[in-house]
Amino acid sequence: MPALLRSTFVLVMVLLAISRPSLASEATGNGTENTITTLPIVIWKWEEIHFPYLVALWVLVSWLCKLVFQLNPCLTRVIPESGLLICIGWVLGGIIYGADKVQTFRLQPFTFFFYLLPQIVLDAGYSMPNKLFFGNLGAILVYAVIGTCWNAATLGLALWGCWLGGAMGNIDTGLLQLLLFGSLIAAVDPVAVIAVFEEVHVNEVLYILVFGESLLNDGVTVVLFNVFDAFVSLGGAQIDAVEIIKGIISFFVVAVGGSLVGVVFALLISLLTRCTKNIQIIEPGFIFVLGYLSYLTAEMLSLSAILSCTFCGVCCQKYINANMDERSVSTVRSTMKVFANGSETIIFVFLGISAIDPSIWVWNTAFILLTLLFIFVFRFIGVFLLTWILNQYRLVPLDFIDQLVMGYGGLRGAVAYGLVLLLDENKYKEKKLMISTTLIVVYFTVMLQGITMKPLVTWLKVKRAAVSERTLAEKIQNRTFDHMLVAIEDISGQIGDNYMRDKWNNFEEKWLYWLLMTPIARKSCDPIFNIFHKLNIKDATSYVKEGERRGSLAFVRNESKADVDFNKKFGADFSEMMPYIMTENMGPDHVPVSSILRDSVPSVCLDMHEQDLKMRESEDFDAHHLLQQHLYKGRKQHRHRYSRKHLEVNKDEHEVQEIFQRTMRSRLESFKSAKMGVAPPKKISKHLKKDQPQKVREAYLEFSEGDSASGCEAAGGSFPMRAYRGAGIVNPAFMAEMDTMDPMPPMQQIPSWLAEAEVDSSNMVPSQRAQLRLPWTPSNLRRLAPLCLSTHSNDSFLLADSPATQEGISELPPPPPPQDGQGQGTHK
Amino acid sequence: MGSTNSTLSKIPNVEELMQETGFTPAHIVRLYDRFEALDKEKTGHLRPQDFGAINRLAMNPIGDRIIGAFFSPGQETVDFHSFVRTLAHFRPVDKKRPKDPSMPEPVNSRTSKLKFAFQLYDQDKDGKISRAELLQVLRSMLEMQVTEEQLESIADRTIQEADLDKDDAISFEEFRKVPPARALRLTYQHGAFAAQGTQNTKTCKVHAHRK
Repeated sequence: MPALLRSTFVLVMVLLAISRPSLASEATGNGTENTITTLPIVIWKWEEIHFPYLVALWVLVSWLCKLVFQLNPCLTRVIPESGLLICIGWVLGGIIYGADKVQTFRLQPFTFFFYLLPQIVLDAGYSMPNKLFFGNLGAILVYAVIGTCWNAATLGLALWGCWLGGAMGNIDTGLLQLLLFGSLIAAVDPVAVIAVFEEVHVNEVLYILVFGESLLNDGVTVVLFNVFDAFVSLGGAQIDAVEIIKGIISFFVVAVGGSLVGVVFALLISLLTRCTKNIQIIEPGFIFVLGYLSYLTAEMLSLSAILSCTFCGVCCQKYINANMDERSVSTVRSTMKVFANGSETIIFVFLGISAIDPSIWVWNTAFILLTLLFIFVFRFIGVFLLTWILNQYRLVPLDFIDQLVMGYGGLRGAVAYGLVLLLDENKYKEKKLMISTTLIVVYFTVMLQGITMKPLVTWLKVKRAAVSERTLAEKIQNRTFDHMLVAIEDISGQIGDNYMRDKWNNFEEKWLYWLLMTPIARKSCDPIFNIFHKLNIKDATSYVKEGERRGSLAFVRNESKADVDFNKKFGADFSEMMPYIMTENMGPDHVPVSSILRDSVPSVCLDMHEQDLKMRESEDFDAHHLLQQHLYKGRKQHRHRYSRKHLEVNKDEHEVQEIFQRTMRSRLESFKSAKMGVAPPKKISKHLKKDQPQKVREAYLEFSEGDSASGCEAAGGSFPMRAYRGAGIVNPAFMAEMDTMDPMPPMQQIPSWLAEAEVDSSNMVPSQRAQLRLPWTPSNLRRLAPLCLSTHSNDSFLLADSPATQEGISELPPPPPPQDGQGQGTHK
Repeated sequence: MGSTNSTLSKIPNVEELMQETGFTPAHIVRLYDRFEALDKEKTGHLRPQDFGAINRLAMNPIGDRIIGAFFSPGQETVDFHSFVRTLAHFRPVDKKRPKDPSMPEPVNSRTSKLKFAFQLYDQDKDGKISRAELLQVLRSMLEMQVTEEQLESIADRTIQEADLDKDDAISFEEFRKVPPARALRLTYQHGAFAAQGTQNTKTCKVHAHRK
């Protein structure tokens, strides 16, 4: 993948850039010593390039480590990846220490905060499931701000109490220093948390709460750290009420200011991507550069850089994804992942390596154990306390298990380590102890809690629902239930009935879209259109694939195949499907299928009782497999997920398309039969004789509407569902339009995309685009109704939305020309 | 909350409704807003096409059946009370509710949840899921790669698995036994999509996705 290669290269370049100062100094140093006596053909220049070389090698090695244990899935299933990386770090550290007798590799705070952290934060912000995030923003803020302050304060105070009590022996510290220590270790680390939570499947709300909290509280903890650091510098005597109030004010200014800087940069990025149409090659680069600049700018203004970068990512994602070219978007996405995942790997390996250095270890059993204990206990108390308060206001309270998981998920990570390294040894006599303690805490939480997290969650859930899908009936039922619940969610209106959200959406549509999006993108930001557009692209790709498989794209022009994706795909299956459908649905109008077709269908013994056990088992297996593969999935499973490891690829789209097409077809068909008096069965029987493939498709049409048109007539009013389905979920918009068309003969009125059967009479292949246009919802159809219902031109869709066509669907194969001669000729 | 009360006062018999369905006032208000939003012509009734206007339902393979479940036989419209009553099926099972045999079974009990699902299959209301009915459901839920032949085979197998009294159809009693009693529980998933305190949430979930 070129994008991956490119981004790897960029990352290496970045790392090279780190080393530039030292490189320069060495170069000048070498230059003075060497005097050339003769022309060297090849020279050994290790000294000059050893630094970038080492950095690159280093990155390579740490990534290779990842590769190695990804080969061993059993291992990663038990131990979270972050833990494994730390272990690898220990090994590497041991090797280095063994060779050098001193630990030469250390994570410098500067490197960490300026070269490794920003991309992780930016990626997290950019891939943030926005709706969930803002939906739960209140709770997230409570956890992130109050929770972190609580953790910091309680840990600091508790340690102070123990210190006063003399539990720790003779260490040189004080209340402020302990509070500072508390604040730096208070923050739950997004890197560690996500690495663990990603593998443990928890529900979406819990996930976003933990994720959002861990992300935002990094910012909070840095701010707290700075405040306390300033307090320590001032010294205890200097601190009075005014200073404390100043501290509180600065806390909010830094946090809110950082977020604002992020928002400003998000606006900038969005505006910029409005006009990068002509430089698409470096379009993705802008995102990274500006994202990084938002981090640096906030840092420069001594505002919270992490918050800035997060909000920059969160706010700009929607607009840049709409503005930029498809390819740029996917480049941005994959590059983000490369950066984030890459630097995450490096960080964890570093965390491991850092441990193998005797010079940093200072052991104080009481201090370390007490810290571990307090962190653990206060985290739980904090979570329970805050959740209790939040639950008073939440419509759906977080239950006990959620709280338990949240409390247990309080993993500390690299940010704490980075911060502790920043401490000034002159001011903090016990810096080494703090470093050791931080490392121990990180190891303890990441390794122990990380490893036990998954079993814990599984165990907790097992008590509630044990799951197996052993029987087919079970499987089918489960899936039905999924669909049912999704539908109920839709009906009861989970989304967007919120007053504030409505206001915001209005504002966004009115102003922000206008300001931040290109006119074309504005047009396509309709969600339905988006899905539809993606489906189109996908169709186009599958056409090309199909074409490659067949050796030419001629089939696209072949009318029998110029149909929506799924028809084409089943071309082969249709012949098998046919007889059954016919016998099932055609009734009196059934036309005998050609004997050739019938013969090709293998006869199956459906009498299961008579088959021996072994056969049944294997068939059961087949059937299970079949169901597993082909059952439509409920829409909302694991969709709003943030994953650092995987690019989100929505596999549902294919299904969505199919379902959409089915539904729309059946609705339109039933509408047709209800409104125009065209009885589909008759029509089919008429056309069946003409053309075999068309017959297949018509039969399919009939089949898909199943119980609608004919079923309704047969069943009468006794079955409510059929009854109204027969009448059609009719879009009123159609009726108005149809009235105006009454003078036309009934056959002409069938919308072009339904009228495969009319192909030969109209001498025109319904354009591919028209075919693909199918998935419009009723509300969208309304918009299109006036045009699409005129069958004078089968390509009326082209007229209907030419702007969209130019922009989005330009990757489709060109619509097949009217093929009076050619198409018909090749076909018949 | 003032707005809550004013909305509640607009709904007739709201106390009764809450009693019956177990929804809180906040739920009712939320649902009422939703009902009004769906009821585009402000008739106080929803018709099938009002449901049909929900875009996302068009992507649900059994969406039509579910819409149908909102309408009692022979009726073309549904009012707010029936709307809420139907939705009440999906409330979580009250664990704390004392087992009181004299009380009628609550609408959100496991049995009535299953019954709701059952009637999605049982379209002719004869109390049995026939092979044809099962086939219809399968047809709408399976991707199109699956051939009719395979469909039939699956349907036969399914019936055979579940069919205890060998009448080639699944009765409700058989239907509820299909999953091992613990596996299928329409459970409330705590607040998926729940904006804090503001959004209606009845995300129920079958905990059935883990291997």
